[in-house]
Amino acid sequence: MANEEFPLKKVCIICAKGAIEDVYVALLLGNGAVMEGIETKMFFTFYGLDAITKKTMNSLHTSVVGNPALRMPGGIPFPTLLGVLPGVEAAVSAAMRKQMSGLDIPPVKEFFEMIEAGGGEIFACKLAMDMFKLKRDDLWDGVKDILTVGQFYEKCGGLQTQIIVV
Amino acid sequence: MEQRIIAGVQVNLNEEGYFTQPEQWTKEVAVEIAMQERIQLTDKHFAVLELLRERYFKGDTLTIRMVGNSGIIDIKGFYGLFPGAPMKKAAKIAGIPKPASCF
Repeated sequence: MANEEFPLKKVCIICAKGAIEDVYVALLLGNGAVMEGIETKMFFTFYGLDAITKKTMNSLHTSVVGNPALRMPGGIPFPTLLGVLPGVEAAVSAAMRKQMSGLDIPPVKEFFEMIEAGGGEIFACKLAMDMFKLKRDDLWDGVKDILTVGQFYEKCGGLQTQIIVV
Repeated sequence: MEQRIIAGVQVNLNEEGYFTQPEQWTKEVAVEIAMQERIQLTDKHFAVLELLRERYFKGDTLTIRMVGNSGIIDIKGFYGLFPGAPMKKAAKIAGIPKPASCF
């Protein structure tokens, strides 16, 4: 009954990772919330900034070293040692992107545009921007603002709100 | 499941209000369901509803992206026509089952 009485009204998603699979988790959660009519705020920090940086957003990579769940076609576990060979990481990342577009999952930039079109808001972390020496112009145009953690928390108030960390 | 008479037509709905027999749908039924959702249907709404029905009967997966790429309306416009949860609302009004896509 609690679900019907107190449906989720707002989700605040924090993404601190830049691997393609992590960014897609954030995007799917964000877009899924927007689609349900849930107010959505997304905050990108540390390596998550790659997802909203013009230069990198459509060429994110997957982790091929130290990723025990990664498998080769056929289901054989992917040997970590293979991952260190030149070109392997790029090939696996490309295969991952291809797999997703085969399922009609949009590319990163288009996914962000869908979230924005539905009223979702995307923010960048000020501290991480300074750390990585990024400027406003380096970011995707749809980024609404550059915020401190405190400023982001100010946007996360209200009953029936959840903060999700990716 | 419940049976209801909407705009003079008998329709079968599931517990969430989605049609279980999409062939029972008529435009008049759509107008009435839309009013319950506080939406006044325009030609643009109907173009979207008909797109969804056509794709549903073809067996396609219904996604917001598909609507945005249809040439009928962009995604922002789709959210504008069916405020809140556009895919769910539009499916309900279009007389088709709740879409099961994650994006």
